[in-house]
Amino acid sequence: MHALSLRQLRKRYRGGVEALKGIDLTVEQGDFFGLLGPNGAGKSTAIGIISSLVRKTAGEVNVFGYDLDRQPWEVKSRIGLVPQEFNFNGFETVEQIVVNQAGFYGIPRRVALERTERYLRELGLWDKRHAPSRTLSGGMKRRLMIARALVHEPPLLILDEPTAGVDIELRRSMWDFLREINRQGTTIILTTHYLEEAETLCRNLAIIDGGTIVENTTVKGLLRKLSTHAFVLDLAGPVEQLPALPAMRVERLDDTTLEVEISAEQNLTEVFVALAQAGIRVASMKNKANRLEEMFVRMLEKKSSSEAPAR
Amino acid sequence: MTPTMNRTQRNLIALGTLARKETQRFLRIWQQTLLPPVITMTLYLIIFGSLIGSRIGPMEGYPYIQFIVPGIIMMAVITNSYSNVVSSFFGAKFGRYVEEMLVSSMPNYVLLLGYVIGGVGRGLLVGLLVIGVSLFFTDLHLHSFWITCSTILLTSVLFSLGGFINAIFARKFDDISIIPTFVLTPLTYLGGVFYSIDLLPSFWRQVSLTNPVLYMVNAFRYGILGHSDIDIATAYGIILSVIAVLTAIALVLLHKGVGLRS
Repeated sequence: MHALSLRQLRKRYRGGVEALKGIDLTVEQGDFFGLLGPNGAGKSTAIGIISSLVRKTAGEVNVFGYDLDRQPWEVKSRIGLVPQEFNFNGFETVEQIVVNQAGFYGIPRRVALERTERYLRELGLWDKRHAPSRTLSGGMKRRLMIARALVHEPPLLILDEPTAGVDIELRRSMWDFLREINRQGTTIILTTHYLEEAETLCRNLAIIDGGTIVENTTVKGLLRKLSTHAFVLDLAGPVEQLPALPAMRVERLDDTTLEVEISAEQNLTEVFVALAQAGIRVASMKNKANRLEEMFVRMLEKKSSSEAPAR
Repeated sequence: MTPTMNRTQRNLIALGTLARKETQRFLRIWQQTLLPPVITMTLYLIIFGSLIGSRIGPMEGYPYIQFIVPGIIMMAVITNSYSNVVSSFFGAKFGRYVEEMLVSSMPNYVLLLGYVIGGVGRGLLVGLLVIGVSLFFTDLHLHSFWITCSTILLTSVLFSLGGFINAIFARKFDDISIIPTFVLTPLTYLGGVFYSIDLLPSFWRQVSLTNPVLYMVNAFRYGILGHSDIDIATAYGIILSVIAVLTAIALVLLHKGVGLRS
């Protein structure tokens, strides 16, 4: 069964802006699905429609086989939403926010209190349960929204840029938490600007741009489309002259740094052998850019050049 | 998910949660929600009841202070029911935490009822406090317990619904004070709180009869004193009709997502 199915979903805002131009999308049960796209692409509009915060102009939304128009109660009770912006009452305590949210979904208070304790502990917020939410740090507020979205234990969790503005340590702990939730069976849809995050977490993804889906595939399948890989090499000592490396593009960035681009068919051993023969020792190496990020930028560049008017 | 419960049970829990949350809200900030109306109404009782009232003499056969007490109680109930819902729901919209409810499985009628319960709770609590204060100024004997209770409850419901609709349309904080200032206050003052419409010339008497607050104040006054300028059955008919219309409007607005969903 599909966890989510969108058919010809359209949204035209008052004023004529067409945010979604008839998108079709399916997310399988148990998937960790990434929804990527530049700012204004339509990601948040799509999520808003799925979670009933935005009215669609046309199309169908199905969640676990339930139609949003005809069975909103069934659909809503199966979705947990972590929105992009903080949207809780700053005067309520952490515990009140999560317990009340459970109540809105019809969870009995006793169960709500138990679950609140469990999720607040798992997300490291239990010590802050009596604190007014406005006093929390940005990272804590993000975790509070995750606890609130999970308290009714939805089978579909939608996260709209959940790690925006969160430091790397916290981001990684949130990744571990989300992976565990997903492993336990919760389908997760994630929008993010951190493409490293999508590459690390997601199995499948869709790229949305200008209100249309420009790519819908597996992360691995998308990365296979990359024809070249670029690496930055930090050298053990300065290099005066560029070595001749066969069938590779080499650029000297400074005395001790080289950028090497190889094709997908080549391997790194050839690079190291050629450099060693030229008497150059490599101290460390890193990807020039996140691979998915590179693919993402190329796709969007390709799309915008194909849409550019002929002169 | 908690599959052992049916939808009605879940909706009742959602209603209880929202009602509790709304009640806790106005109790938590009692210095802003309960104390000011009690002080204001006490001043009305001192100035209009004790100081000026003693010079006015009896009204419709009752001491003036006894005549105005039901109107003053009703005025407190009306303004507090309205302002509780309008400020709370607009606050939820403004702070975007209304989305907590909009994304949940709580039906629209539960959301509306939850806010109305909050408004009625504050309206009736302020009403009780004003009754308590008024006992320092005059004796009150209930002519009809049921008419007194039902009219104050229905009036509170009606103005809570009005506050909810105001909050739906409000886009900024100014918008939640326009109706109370320019509509609610004049209607209340001209609704027979301080006088009997029998004192008015015929034309203004007829004009007064188009004011729905007049029916609420008089029905409530009848419940306490046993005197009314209008027919009680008509008053109930009007109050119930207005409640039905406002409920329908609020539900349609929620269904369409006006002011809530883009």
